[in-house]
Amino acid sequence: MKQPASLFDRLWDGHEIARLGSGSALIAIDRIFLHERTGAAALRSLAEAGREVVDPNRVFAVADHIVDTRPGRTDQTLMPGGQAFISETRAAAKAAGIRFFDVNDPDQGIVHVISPELGIILPGCTLIAPDSHTCTQGAFGALAWGIGSSEAEHAMAAGTLRLKKPKSMRVSFSGSLAQGVTPKDMIIQLIALHGAAGGKGHAVEFAGDAVMALDMEGRMTLCNMATEFSAMSGFIAPDEKTFAYLKGRQYAPTSDLWDQALAQWQSLKSDDGAVFDSEIVLDANAIAPMVSWGTSPESSVRIEGRVPDNAGVRALEYMALDKGQALQGLKIDAAFIGSCTNSRLSDLRRASHMLKGKKIAPGIKAICVPGSSRVKRAAEAEGIDKIFVEAGFEWRESGCSMCFYAGGESFAANSRVISTTNRNFESRQGPNVKTHIASPETVVASAIHGAISDPRKFS
Amino acid sequence: MPEPFTRLTSLPMPLIRDNVDTDQIIPSREMKSTGKTGLADGLFAGWRYTQIGGREADPAFVMNQPEYAQSQIILGGSNFGCGSSREHAVWALAEYGFRAILAPSFAPIFAGNCVRNGILPVVLDAETIAILAKADAPLTIDLTENSVRSEDDGLWHFEIDDEARAMLLEGLDAIDLSMKRLDDIQAWQQADRTQRPWIYLGERL
Repeated sequence: MKQPASLFDRLWDGHEIARLGSGSALIAIDRIFLHERTGAAALRSLAEAGREVVDPNRVFAVADHIVDTRPGRTDQTLMPGGQAFISETRAAAKAAGIRFFDVNDPDQGIVHVISPELGIILPGCTLIAPDSHTCTQGAFGALAWGIGSSEAEHAMAAGTLRLKKPKSMRVSFSGSLAQGVTPKDMIIQLIALHGAAGGKGHAVEFAGDAVMALDMEGRMTLCNMATEFSAMSGFIAPDEKTFAYLKGRQYAPTSDLWDQALAQWQSLKSDDGAVFDSEIVLDANAIAPMVSWGTSPESSVRIEGRVPDNAGVRALEYMALDKGQALQGLKIDAAFIGSCTNSRLSDLRRASHMLKGKKIAPGIKAICVPGSSRVKRAAEAEGIDKIFVEAGFEWRESGCSMCFYAGGESFAANSRVISTTNRNFESRQGPNVKTHIASPETVVASAIHGAISDPRKFS
Repeated sequence: MPEPFTRLTSLPMPLIRDNVDTDQIIPSREMKSTGKTGLADGLFAGWRYTQIGGREADPAFVMNQPEYAQSQIILGGSNFGCGSSREHAVWALAEYGFRAILAPSFAPIFAGNCVRNGILPVVLDAETIAILAKADAPLTIDLTENSVRSEDDGLWHFEIDDEARAMLLEGLDAIDLSMKRLDDIQAWQQADRTQRPWIYLGERL
């Protein structure tokens, strides 16, 4: 009898071209996505080495990282010299024959938002990008992970990467989420419990009723932060929701090819009895809205919680907090909704439902940045932009924006920000800015009250 | 092509903080060039200089202490190099002169980037790192025997993936290695095209 296989085994074995005799394997790469932050360097370095992009049809590039997100944008960005990153990536992509989603292309947006929107990511494929949150796209039953520039060059030149097979882990969320609790809270809870290095050396399958109950956008949010867990990637077995999401998308297969693909995709799951190197089970019913207090995503607690007694001195000093201090009621200066974690239409819809007819607290700088130009247009067609603007938010063009201040724009020095982003590192959103990561719901509740607030108590 | 790494002796610089992320190793605002060079000045800029964006050395930061000025080894905390995949972090470390990092664990993308740029990531447990930091004595790292030796004759062995080790020892370019398997790659793709034709976009568009 055949050994039961895990989804990860299927994804890995399906791409293993050769074993290299040193525990490593040559793995086929199906899709490569570059961005303007590092795309020019990778393409230039490749060309200087006299190498070519072996299959430009399967390589894509986008301007998302440092592109300006203020209305009426051009190639200009607030980042000194930033324009060169955009123009050089544009020129290098053109020279290599790569599709470049330019600054004002109708399909432009954050790489992990547009790749699914366009059907570039597909179940069972391998996709890499020089961006650590590429694991977002594992939500489609694909093996997608972040790499450095050198590996991007490698994959473009050789269609492969040399990898050591990671261990496998299954993280199951049983039960269902309570009202006001979101996939963002699920992943922060996991990292808070098991540490920012908890998934080190592992490829993580997210499973269980609470995961399969999520829509595709929620699944992307969950997988997005697998990298904050130090996992190689996170992924979810594809199901009817996955297939329905992809059908008809621009780069998805059509007609006979769709049927052929679907038959293969339906086999992409872990067999009963599949063995994992480690397993974690969490009860989704017990998860509450989460908020970070420190400078790593692992430094997070339930929103009704307090800064723990074992909190590190350095993080407390940076965040200007004391041990035992309650997070709720902590005054904030700014609020941010956006980033590859929480900038999709469903995120903006939920946020706008809470914001409708309300105003954010006086003096709060609040910004909403849709994840893609398509998301922005769809939101505007529903009037979501007006709700945000009337409540006091800025409504932006799509991009990574102030998730980190690569575009040169930042929150005021030393300010305290509640943010839907994935990282609360020192100075990530501006000089000495104190970032508290949370769900869009928690960000909205907090923006309205001017202080960190529980979205479940929101009325 | 990275410099081969065989043996290195240097006083290690202690930077024992957990979760040192690539934003700290090189802040985004310091990635001013579209290439791989000109980054050393921005290394640890947020901790190294008294002001964000400034260049006045903060004497409190370990990198500015004269005894570590020539240090080529970092003693780090767990999950070193987490966060953004930016290879600039490793380019900046290499350009500044660091050749090895000893830490209880590394973020996977960062460790891969290190190997590709001739920096040796050594996994040693936190207790050992603490001992080495306390000794504050020169270390010799010998990759031919996977060992770290301190001046007072303490000796530790470490494990490293065979391929990473071979690449570091010989300064090999991973792309060259893979290109030698071009026949295997092409044969695999040929078979895959019939099994998964939807992957090969060029043929449909």
